[in-house]
Amino acid sequence: MNTESTGAIPGLSGVTHDMAADKQAFTVPWGKAMMWIFLLSDTFIFSCFLTSYVRMSTTDKWPNPSEVFALTVNGHHIPLLLIAIMTMVLITSSGTMAMAVNYGYRRNRKMTTRLMLATAAFGVMFVSMQAFEWSKLILEEGVRPWSNPMGAAQFGASFFMITGFHGLHVTCGVIYLTIVALRVRSGFYDRKGTYETVEVAGLYWHFVDLVWVFIFAFFYLW
Amino acid sequence: MDHAPTSQNAAQHAEAGHGQAQDHGAGQHPISIYLWIWGLLFVFSGFSYMVDYFQLHGMLRWTLIIFFMLVKAGFIVAIFMHMAWERLALKLVILAPPLALLVLIGLMAIEGNYTFMTRLASFVH
Repeated sequence: MNTESTGAIPGLSGVTHDMAADKQAFTVPWGKAMMWIFLLSDTFIFSCFLTSYVRMSTTDKWPNPSEVFALTVNGHHIPLLLIAIMTMVLITSSGTMAMAVNYGYRRNRKMTTRLMLATAAFGVMFVSMQAFEWSKLILEEGVRPWSNPMGAAQFGASFFMITGFHGLHVTCGVIYLTIVALRVRSGFYDRKGTYETVEVAGLYWHFVDLVWVFIFAFFYLW
Repeated sequence: MDHAPTSQNAAQHAEAGHGQAQDHGAGQHPISIYLWIWGLLFVFSGFSYMVDYFQLHGMLRWTLIIFFMLVKAGFIVAIFMHMAWERLALKLVILAPPLALLVLIGLMAIEGNYTFMTRLASFVH
């Protein structure tokens, strides 16, 4: 194994070398490469959802999300208030996660654990607000997957499917992050000799935030 | 014989790119870069929220929403997900395939109206 010949060639000839040489293709830990491939497949799933959603919403009289998701606070009618707060919570969780990865590579066990648990807590907060939003739509406004009082019947089905699938990702992420955080605290990765699992978990979490950026734009703002 | 596996492991570890440097805490990005991106994401989310708050409509609304969305997505992928520091081979494998989705979006833009017209012709009489 000649380490000097690997990972040193820049640009397109580097791509040829990395892809064609008889060796490991990507110069990253396998867990990280596989997480990226998984996220790529997830990108396709969410993109199909959102593309079909945008297409569908232009063919029938569609409820105005700005009004559907408005909250009334102290008599003031504020559009998309809850969604804006949910967005900020998820972005904040992404920030704490990025710092957790950084502290992980610095071998700072305490800070990594704390920041990861904070990330998971923000995730729980996000899912709780989503649960609140769902119950408001189902119980108070009578939105169902097959009908709703505001407009096109497909609105309920697409809303529950897209935000539900995203919420499922957040929920799984919270469980995943909690497990990794507890392992960080127990010193598991110090014994293993690498903190790359923290970065892989971080990739997943940032992706959940990334998907929300697209849902926020196409579902709520469009 | 005893030494062979050890040196191989070391070589593999070095092959794992920035893994080794990162594991020892050397060459880590300062925390401030994450705080900056975090702040910028807040600001751009605020901007896209303002688009709705001021009830902008039509082309202006769609352009602004997509612009702010892409800026935020770019920050998350490049900095938070460390894509900016990956090798070009990995970047291409992850970032090129989603371009195929543009075909789907194009098809939907063309065929959607056709489907709608067909529905109208069959069901609304």
